[in-house]
Amino acid sequence: MPEPTSTNRLKTQRRGFAVFTAAALIILLALAAIIFFMSSRGIKVLSWEFITQPPKKGMTEGGVFPAIVGTFLLGLGAMLSALPIGVLAAVYLTEFSRPGRFVSLVRIGVNTLAGMPSIVFGLFGFAFFVKALGLGVSVLSGALTLGAMSLPIIISVSEEALKTVPMTFREASLSLGATRWRTTLKVVLPNAVGGIITGAILAMGRAVGETAPIIFTAATFYTRRLPASPFDEVMALPFHIYGLVTEGLYPEKQLPIAFGSALILMIIVLSLSGFGIFWRYKIRKRRVW
Amino acid sequence: MAKWSLGIIAGFSLFLLAAITVMLFAEAFPFFRDYSLYDFLLGRYWRPVDEPPLFGLLPLLWGSLLVTVIAMLFALPLGICTALYFAGVAPAWVREVFKPIVELLGSIPSVVYGLFGLAVLAPFAQKVFSLPIGQCAAVAGLTLGLMAVPIVVSVSEDALSSVPKALIEASHALGATRWETLMRVVFPAAKSGIIAGVLLSFGRAIGETMTVLMVAGGAAQITASPFAPVRPITFTIAAEMGETPVGSPHYHSLFAIGAVLFVITLGINILANKYARANLDK
Repeated sequence: MPEPTSTNRLKTQRRGFAVFTAAALIILLALAAIIFFMSSRGIKVLSWEFITQPPKKGMTEGGVFPAIVGTFLLGLGAMLSALPIGVLAAVYLTEFSRPGRFVSLVRIGVNTLAGMPSIVFGLFGFAFFVKALGLGVSVLSGALTLGAMSLPIIISVSEEALKTVPMTFREASLSLGATRWRTTLKVVLPNAVGGIITGAILAMGRAVGETAPIIFTAATFYTRRLPASPFDEVMALPFHIYGLVTEGLYPEKQLPIAFGSALILMIIVLSLSGFGIFWRYKIRKRRVW
Repeated sequence: MAKWSLGIIAGFSLFLLAAITVMLFAEAFPFFRDYSLYDFLLGRYWRPVDEPPLFGLLPLLWGSLLVTVIAMLFALPLGICTALYFAGVAPAWVREVFKPIVELLGSIPSVVYGLFGLAVLAPFAQKVFSLPIGQCAAVAGLTLGLMAVPIVVSVSEDALSSVPKALIEASHALGATRWETLMRVVFPAAKSGIIAGVLLSFGRAIGETMTVLMVAGGAAQITASPFAPVRPITFTIAAEMGETPVGSPHYHSLFAIGAVLFVITLGINILANKYARANLDK
């Protein structure tokens, strides 16, 4: 009598699949609802003036131009400090090292850094860059703190990109008499550069959205001017949002500005990550080798 | 030559890790000259501006754990079920379209989730449960859970889809249904990878600052009620760092709780890496 059992088994399958599908729907709907809500509240205050003007009247009017500029400065600074070290470290790990104690130690170090809470980086940045090195609360301190936080991500995405270059490419180059160094420079890196840039864009998307590492190292709630030097403090969108809902005297006037700033931050971060994720899928697919 | 200089650069991440550890503990150490380690670790009150001040870790630790556990109670079942949907139920095109979208949602900054929790969830909870204040452990946990879901989904789906095709085909060949294959073959085979992902997202959640800073409420108390405001470790550091004079016991105490957070996340990550490696070894 196989009939009833197999019907039962299919019934179980249908029920189980229904549960999983429902879970997926709940998640997607909840996340879609958040995005929709944040955008619809934010779009009300979005205007050309909002993007291009500094804040006015104690944050209750005007735009967020200095915060947008500050966000980009911090993101670019973080990448400038983390990218060279991260890529070279990845080159070492994939191209030059042999498995051994040092390499596994470095990997443990990278993993540990990757799992460290952002507020711990903030504490470190304050104690080290701001105080010990005397850089003060500045663009430089914030960018270096964000760079430290981005380093493990840069290393792992660069490693991933370098590993996708097939061994045969390296063997062909080496067999033609090229040195290891030349092979890396002329064969491996050019084939991995797309993946590395993609990864850097993803890392930058994460860095510009971070708040905790910059609270004590770079950010200021209110300034009308742009930083004149790397030693000036800056406004940044994430901190601006936080400040608008926790400080100031007119919460009801500040909340809409917070939503507007959140929308701009979301657009910046999602376009950076969207671009990165899209390209990563594209590169993975296009690969013919 | 090139190899050695590159090796030194690769070693920089170790140097950075060492520098962070040293700075953290060096700034935490002076705190224990004035305050006993015992009173810190087992103290039940965090009153840094009282006279004499009380720096008890327990209420902060409790706040962190309560919020994180609530977040996980929400994010784990939904996230793992969604990963199972993508890995075993969804047609290929759905997975191709929605997996990147979920990953993309994982990159939304925590301050945006915090604003959502503060402006939407907290007033909602206040009204529905008639609370004195909407910012509480439950709302912070829910907001944090929403934020953790994309990570849980993404990591679990990676673990599920890395199960060898041969295992799945063998199961089908023995007459198992897709459901039986998914639950009795694929899921057990991916278990250590999923556990690693769960631990990683737990570590992320307990170290998350902005969301809890905006919605946890901020009362340093040990309470069993999820609807009471709490003050997690990250909240305390972020909220008090700007208000305390550099070099005061209060200043150093913030590094001490930072060091506690560091040790907790380090432990979780070591455990997660162990499971991740167990997953690779298979």
